[in-house]
Amino acid sequence: MASRRDILRSIMVASAACVAPGLTVAATSSSKRFVLVVLRGAVDGLALAAPYADSNYEAVRGELAIDKPGNPDGLLQLDGFFGLNPSLQNVHRYFQSGDAAIVHAVASPYRERSHFDGQDMLENGATRVGGKRDGWLNRAMAPMRSTLGNEAAVALAQNTPLVLRGENSVTSWAPSKLPDADDATLARLQQLYADDAFFATRLEQALRSQEIAGNMGSTGTRGNEAKQFIDLMASAAKFLTTSDGPNIAVVELGGWDTHANQGASSGALANRFSSLDTGLGELKDGLGERWHDTAVAVVTEFGRTVRVNGTRGTDHGTGTAAVLLGGAVNGGRVIADWPGLSQADLFAGRDLLPTSDVRSVFKGLLVDHLELAPAFVEREVFPGSQAARTMQNLIKS
Amino acid sequence: MSKAFIAATRFGLGARPGDLEKIGDKPEKWLLDQLAGPSRAFDEIGRLPHSSSVFVEVQRVRRERRDAKKAGDDIVKNYGKLVRRHYIDQSNVRYRAAAASDTPFHERLVHFWSNHFAVSADKQPIPAIAGLYENEAIRPNVCGNFADLLIAVEQHPAMILYLDNQRSIGPLSKLGKRANQRRSDQEFGLNENLAREILELHTLGVDGGYAQTDVTTFAKIITGWSIGGASDRGRFADGVPGKFEFREAIHEPGSQEVLGRTYGQSGVDQGEAVLRDLAMHPATARFISTKLARHFVADEPAESVVDVLQASYLKSGGDLTAVYTALVHAAEPWHNNFAKYKTPHDFVLSTLRAFDHTPESPRFIVGALDLMGQTPFRPGSPAGWPDTAEQWGGADALYKRIEWANTVARVVGSRINPVELGDTILGNAFNPESRKAVSRAESVQQGMTLLLASPDFQRR
Repeated sequence: MASRRDILRSIMVASAACVAPGLTVAATSSSKRFVLVVLRGAVDGLALAAPYADSNYEAVRGELAIDKPGNPDGLLQLDGFFGLNPSLQNVHRYFQSGDAAIVHAVASPYRERSHFDGQDMLENGATRVGGKRDGWLNRAMAPMRSTLGNEAAVALAQNTPLVLRGENSVTSWAPSKLPDADDATLARLQQLYADDAFFATRLEQALRSQEIAGNMGSTGTRGNEAKQFIDLMASAAKFLTTSDGPNIAVVELGGWDTHANQGASSGALANRFSSLDTGLGELKDGLGERWHDTAVAVVTEFGRTVRVNGTRGTDHGTGTAAVLLGGAVNGGRVIADWPGLSQADLFAGRDLLPTSDVRSVFKGLLVDHLELAPAFVEREVFPGSQAARTMQNLIKS
Repeated sequence: MSKAFIAATRFGLGARPGDLEKIGDKPEKWLLDQLAGPSRAFDEIGRLPHSSSVFVEVQRVRRERRDAKKAGDDIVKNYGKLVRRHYIDQSNVRYRAAAASDTPFHERLVHFWSNHFAVSADKQPIPAIAGLYENEAIRPNVCGNFADLLIAVEQHPAMILYLDNQRSIGPLSKLGKRANQRRSDQEFGLNENLAREILELHTLGVDGGYAQTDVTTFAKIITGWSIGGASDRGRFADGVPGKFEFREAIHEPGSQEVLGRTYGQSGVDQGEAVLRDLAMHPATARFISTKLARHFVADEPAESVVDVLQASYLKSGGDLTAVYTALVHAAEPWHNNFAKYKTPHDFVLSTLRAFDHTPESPRFIVGALDLMGQTPFRPGSPAGWPDTAEQWGGADALYKRIEWANTVARVVGSRINPVELGDTILGNAFNPESRKAVSRAESVQQGMTLLLASPDFQRR
């Protein structure tokens, strides 16, 4: 049976209102898959992976300190120095099987404390806020021939986040509970939009996503953001396992801005980690064999203050932790040049000092996993990032 | 496109049938008249409860829930139901008021400032009071002085709770010192969230020239800005529950310096003095003017119109009506183009107005906005919703609009002729090609979908 898109395409061709050149070009022949999970609101890296063997850990963290590995509700053992938040059970399993790594004391080059500017720099890949209007992951797609109707990347969201915005065609998808418009109406809308590139492009992308989503029999899901995230991760896996589908997916999850009542091994932040962990598990299950070709990066705009604030939470900070996982990842290790937690070690006397640059991590993944030319990555994707050396050996050899 | 269309659509919330004729050749007067008196608010707004009484009710049920946690699910559910009921009531009134408004420019300004000073319903108990916050702190002040608006906002319990200031404790305050003696290794008590967002999002803007030390000292200055009944018992329990309460015992004493200026006042006056100075800071004038121009002119507004707004802001001492008047008299907002892609909020409201429909139940509206990515009172961050096509223009988001247009068209059925409706609400802004497509539709319902999804209707 012809798919909806085929029908629409034939109508479009018949009406000579074609706005989508290159429909038959494959996005990329690569089998590699990349997922970026953006955690908005600044994740407390010391709660994600705690340096329990640092002699200052318990003193500076106070009531936010989590018990050592081996204790009930204690940390999950990583490498004898760091322990993982007990809510991250799946991540811990992947770590043990060599498919997950933690990068610690990491930050973007941003050194102020605004979420919005911090996210801007995490996503634009430039050396300053507003330094680029497009996203680094979009720029990285240039060699992938991402074209209208065959996008190399999908945002699992109604609107495309900055990291994926730019010249290269990307699509977006989120579940709906409204009835579909019928094909005849959509075909007429395509004609109506033919002279307006803004609308024409977006409708074409949406129809392509609808086709993939239709194949996965997805129905609308609602509920809180954390539950939606879990569904979106399952959907991301479906997009990434569709033949001729996208190779790259971006998913977002907010709710990390824990200024008050953050909790330690249980509580608000632990619950958020648990949702993240469940979502990552859904992704792995959905990817099946594709997991072996996949790298996932879980990142946030910056960290939080090392000490607890007056309202049992933490304020905006600097250094934090990132998680890398996937069958392609050279895992089972914590990658950190640990700066320490004594007063003299802290950035501005309050934050974890960043000792590695998140751009180094991204560059390592782009070069070794997505097999982009190092010179292209330096010049086009992360201009001005020479000081942030490409991180080596993030991918299994 | 006619100036009446621009007045109704770009300044207002979309034309109702008959509006373009009513506005006629006096669009400026039609707009400025809306600023003259107090907001001609929808009656139902006045009948909503006060946020303090909702706060008391919510706290009581929350307490019951906590005390009865083992008793069963009923009480837990009651809490969710109660919050949901208030949220739905307030959303209902908001969208009914806007759909029915005869002063839609004024109403758009209420929504603009509510978004500038955003609280978000993803944190308890905000969903129960966000709509009341809009009506209590924002609505009465949108045509007054910016400083008064600013103070009303920062002292409203919704903002204090949303940005965690109710228990921010000055380290050298009476309570702070005592706490620090017990826990000598920690500086105890300060939460800088509200202070930072006032500087970054409400006044100067992120490039407005403040440093981390300004954030910290300003946070100290507004320690004690709390609410009555912030806890069930103990030190934060006193005061009128759910109303602004200045707590001397946690207020950092002594003089403080912000942006190079020394503030020696005591008590709540110290923070208000900082807010009044921030209101008159040139960076604030620039930031506010840019946001207004982005909202009413274009995603990337010309410097010229920002300059005009900023000059009138500074010259009038922050008189917002003077700024709006300068906007109405400027040339840029009247340019003959569709410069703005409607937000989902704009799209839904302009649809209701096109049908002259004031919905009885808002569930349809809340559900539609949720699906299109703009859940009422829930922007997800204190930065509020974005205001550019780039950020609203996702492919999936457009598809959701089409699905919703199609659903609306089904509900409306064949009762309204879409070509006539297009002529009535778009006037000569109805592109002849769009008009042709609508008129050639295979059914009235399809024609209505095409009209609502057309670029002419999706932009303002």
